[in-house]
Formats: sequence, structure tokens, C-alpha cells
Amino acid sequence: MIAERWINCAVIAGILAVLVYALVADEPFTITLLTRVVILALAAVGLNIALGIGGLVSLGHAAFFGLGGYAMGVLASHAQTFTPLDLGFFTLPGTKSMPIIWLVAVVVSALAAWVIGLLSLRTTGVYFIMITLAFGQMFFYFSISWSAYGGEDGLSIFVRNSFPALNTLVPVQFFGLCFVLLCFALLLFHRLKASPFGLALNAARQVPERVETVGLNPMRLKLVAFVISGAITGLAGALFADLNRFVSPTMFSWQLSGELIILIIIGGVGRLMGPVVGACLFVALEHWLGGLTDFWHVWLGVILLMIVLFARGGLIGLLTGKEGAHV
Amino acid sequence: MTLLLLIEQVLNGLQFGVMLFLMAAGLTLIFGVMGLINLAHGSLYMVGAFAAAAVAGATGSFLLALVAALAAAALAGALVEIVVIRRLYGKAHLDQVLATFALILIFSEGTRWVFGSFPLFLDIPDYLSGPVTLPGGIEYPLYRLALIIVGLLVAAGLWWLTARTRIGMQIRAGENDREMIAALGVNISALYTLVFALGAALAGLAGALVGAIQSVQVGMGEPVLILAFVVIVIGGIGSIKGAFIGAILVGLTDTLGGIFLPELFKLFMESGAATQTGSALASMAVYILMGLVLIWRPTGLFGARA
Repeated sequence: MIAERWINCAVIAGILAVLVYALVADEPFTITLLTRVVILALAAVGLNIALGIGGLVSLGHAAFFGLGGYAMGVLASHAQTFTPLDLGFFTLPGTKSMPIIWLVAVVVSALAAWVIGLLSLRTTGVYFIMITLAFGQMFFYFSISWSAYGGEDGLSIFVRNSFPALNTLVPVQFFGLCFVLLCFALLLFHRLKASPFGLALNAARQVPERVETVGLNPMRLKLVAFVISGAITGLAGALFADLNRFVSPTMFSWQLSGELIILIIIGGVGRLMGPVVGACLFVALEHWLGGLTDFWHVWLGVILLMIVLFARGGLIGLLTGKEGAHV
Repeated sequence: MTLLLLIEQVLNGLQFGVMLFLMAAGLTLIFGVMGLINLAHGSLYMVGAFAAAAVAGATGSFLLALVAALAAAALAGALVEIVVIRRLYGKAHLDQVLATFALILIFSEGTRWVFGSFPLFLDIPDYLSGPVTLPGGIEYPLYRLALIIVGLLVAAGLWWLTARTRIGMQIRAGENDREMIAALGVNISALYTLVFALGAALAGLAGALVGAIQSVQVGMGEPVLILAFVVIVIGGIGSIKGAFIGAILVGLTDTLGGIFLPELFKLFMESGAATQTGSALASMAVYILMGLVLIWRPTGLFGARA
């Protein structure tokens, strides 16, 4: 059996190898696909903090992904039409600057996660799953009926937003930005998991009573995890919107929440690189199976069933021969 | 804004509510007895609608179509239970969510494979079409009235089945203590298959009935499924009474909110903005209702356990 450390290195090396190949062979589309992998992985790393360490099965993380996306869409659309953004008490100019958009996306989705978390964490188990699902749907229907920003048709942003000293229109430069952010998120996940906070959170997942007995508040631990998790997924949403130069209510769809969980499960729950492995495999399947047949979702479904029924630790679990955390 | 319109909208809300109940009853029964969260319930709704549309297209009989919907959904439910669901009892909720999510993918794309992407249409039979005049001079579509009556009859039948029959007694016993009733000689795995098929049949019936007012298409089950989740969360998971009351509440909130919230905002806002704000808020009204219920009672109105 292979140590997880080596698998982790191999995954990063693999992504960079594909990048080098795409650069040499001059295939910008492959770089775009790879960027998609990295952004989906980033969203799933966010979810992995809540799901993998905290055991919070959130079926509504698309809410944060979509909020991040719309943060970008709203700001950039105001910048592109040169109209100020009216917030009731004061107005703000729109912006095309990525760092500002990222900041807004993170803050907005963290706030949303805080509110949703406060309400949802009162419940556990199936109730929690269904409530997060319902909150996700709430944002979905709101975005459809919000005609000021495109409603059901979504919102197109014509030119990709800018980052100081970089030309984000070049695929590899935008990929680099996303990749660096993913690495930061992975580092955060790694540090968080080993920190006192992560250990307490892990314990709160397994035996909340004992955590409470030693004087910690399991509810607060889970809420903080949920907020961090939502913020990272929101950041990924802003990047995803920038990749497609388009935001629409599908970013809020519950299928997306389901797919984020799938990414984690394919790779391995609660593992550092689980989401990355899952995202690679998911996009590869989407690309290759989607090229072979229009009905590739059937096969995705079959593969997923097999993993759930027979390979509990996900792909990394299969390779290392160790089951993952029980959620 | 007249009284007539109000009554008509209340009836519409009631009709939506009882159809939601058919979905929610199966979900809540399956959760109550087997402890299983079934995302694929919406797929069974879709299977029922497609079976009905196909049979109605071939034979022209609406009744035969309903029978086909019940049979196809029950059969699909039993099959899925035996092949997949049976392995998920007692597993983590996460596994159940994923496995049933996988089933949705298989069902949806499989149906698209067989029937294509274009929606099918199921016609309301002649003897149920047209309006009917209710006492008070209200004109109301006969078919929608029939849906309300069917829904109420099914609700009464379910109550009778669980409260008054031997099989219902076993179902309730299974909710409380599965080892004990297995020890008493009840074939628990056959009982589980039966409960699952019953829930599936109810979903299929709802799909066929609603399919006649809307179009029959792939993915039609998921929006209803999510509302059914809201219903059982409000009612308390596992409680059929809760599912009924929750379904009526959600049906009324959704229908009346869509009509009256924009009107309400027009009282103190200019017309365009009022319609905008009102309809946006109306689309979220159901979820706000759920949030309020949960703040008040975290396990729903009639739920005993989480």
C-alpha cells in the first residue's frame, strides 16, 4: 500500500505535468479544463472542512458557490455598464479588479454561511441535510426571480476581470492564479486539521457530549467550520464565474451541491487531496464519457453507486488501504 | 382583489398541497420505518408520469394510465429497494444521500435515453375537463377539484392503513423497534420492500395526476422532491399527520404568496418594484416558513426525534 503523502505529491505533479504538456502542445482548451478542475477542487476543499472534519453533510453548498459567482457578476456588470451599485443607503462603483471581487465574494458567502449555519446547526442528521438543501433552493429561486441581474437567463461578463501585473486573458496566467489559491486552501485545510481547533472539531463530530464536558461548545466549533467552509466555496464560485465569464442560477442548483459532495467522496472524505483527486476524475469522466455518449450521467451514477457500496474510503482510501473518517 | 379570487387561490393551494402530500407521505414513511433518506423519490414521481403518458398515448384511457403509473412506480420502487436500497439501511446518511443521488442520475438519464428530451403530454380525460360551478357561484376546473378529492381520499386511506390494519401495526412497530418485531416472526425485509413500493406508488400516482396539468419531462421530479422535503421537515420526519399538515401549509403558502405578496407590496411601493420584490419574496416564502417553524421547533411540528 502507498503512503498518502506520496499520493498527494503525485496528484500535484500530475496536474503540473498536464499543464506542461498543454503548453508544449499548445492546447489552450486543456488548460481551461485544468482550470475547471482546480476551481471545482477549491470549492470542494471548502466543503471538505465542514463535511470531512466537522461531519456536516451540507447539501446546500451551491448557495455559497452561487453567491461568490453573483458577487463577481454584480460587481463586474456594474463596472461594464458604468452604473453605480445602489445599496439603498449609499452607492458603490462596480469593479473589474479580482482581489476586490474575491474579498467581496468571501465576505458575502461567509456572512451567508454564518446565518444559514446559525439556523441549520440547531438540527442534526437528516434534518440538517434537508435544511441546507432548502436554503440552497431558496437562493436558487431568488436568483431566478431577480430580473435586475438577468433572472433565469443569467448574466454575461464580456471581458475577464483583471489582476494587478497579470494578463488574466492568457489561460495559463488565470490557471496560475487559481492554482495558487487552491494551494493556499489546501495549506489552510492541512493546518486546520492538525490545529487544536481541528482536533476539537473532529471530536465534536464523533462525540459532541465529551467535547461539551471538557468545556468546549460543539455548536460554536461547527459554526466556525461552516463559515470558513462557505467562504472558501464562495471564493471558488467567483473564480468559476470568471472562468466562464457568465453567472446564472445553475450555480445555485442543488445538483451542484450534490456534485461537490461527489467530488469529495470519489477522492476520499476528510483527506487533504480527496477533493483534488475527485475533481480530476470528475472532469475527466465528464470530458471523455461526455464525448463518447450524451448519456454519460448514467455511467457516472453507476460508478458513484459502486464507490458508495464497495469503496468507502474513496480512491485515496483504495490506494492507501485505509478507510476514511466516518461521517 | 375579490373574495372569489381568494377562494379560487385557496383551492389551488389545497390542490398543490394534497399532491405534495402524496410525495411527502412516501418519503416520511420510508424515513420513519427504515431510517432512510431517499433523494430518488422524485425519480419515482417521474417514472409514474412517464408510464402514464406512454400508456395513455397507446390506449387513450386515463384510468389505465393511472393504473400503469401506480404499477410502474411500485415495481421500480421494489426493484430499486431489492437491488440497492437494502444495502443502505443502517449506513451513514451521507452514503444514503450519495447512493440515492446516483439513482437520480441513472433514472433521469435512462429516461432521457428511452423517451428523448422532448416533453410528453398527458391529456385530461373528457369527463374531468371543463369547469364546475361550486356553491356560491365559483367556477373551478373539475380536474383540479378531482385532484383535491383523490388526495384527501388517499390521506384517509393511509390513515386507515397505518392505524387500523395488521400491516399498519407492523409498520408502526417497525418504526419503534425493528429487532423486536423481527424476533416476533415478522418478515422484516419483505415489510421494508412493501413500504418502499407503497411510497413509490404514491409518488408515481402524484406524478401521473400532476403530469396531466403540466408537461411530462425529465427532471420534473426534483423541484417537487425538494418541496416535499420542506414539507416533512416542517411536519416532523416520520409523522404522516405532520406530512399532511405540512403539505397543506406549504401548498397554501406557495400559491397564496405568489398572488398576494406582490399585491401587498403595491400598497406602499410603486408597481414595478412591488411586483419585483413581491415575487422574489414569494419564491422564498416556503423556505422562510420552514426556517420559522424550525426556530420554534427544531424537530418539526409533530416530530419526536431527530
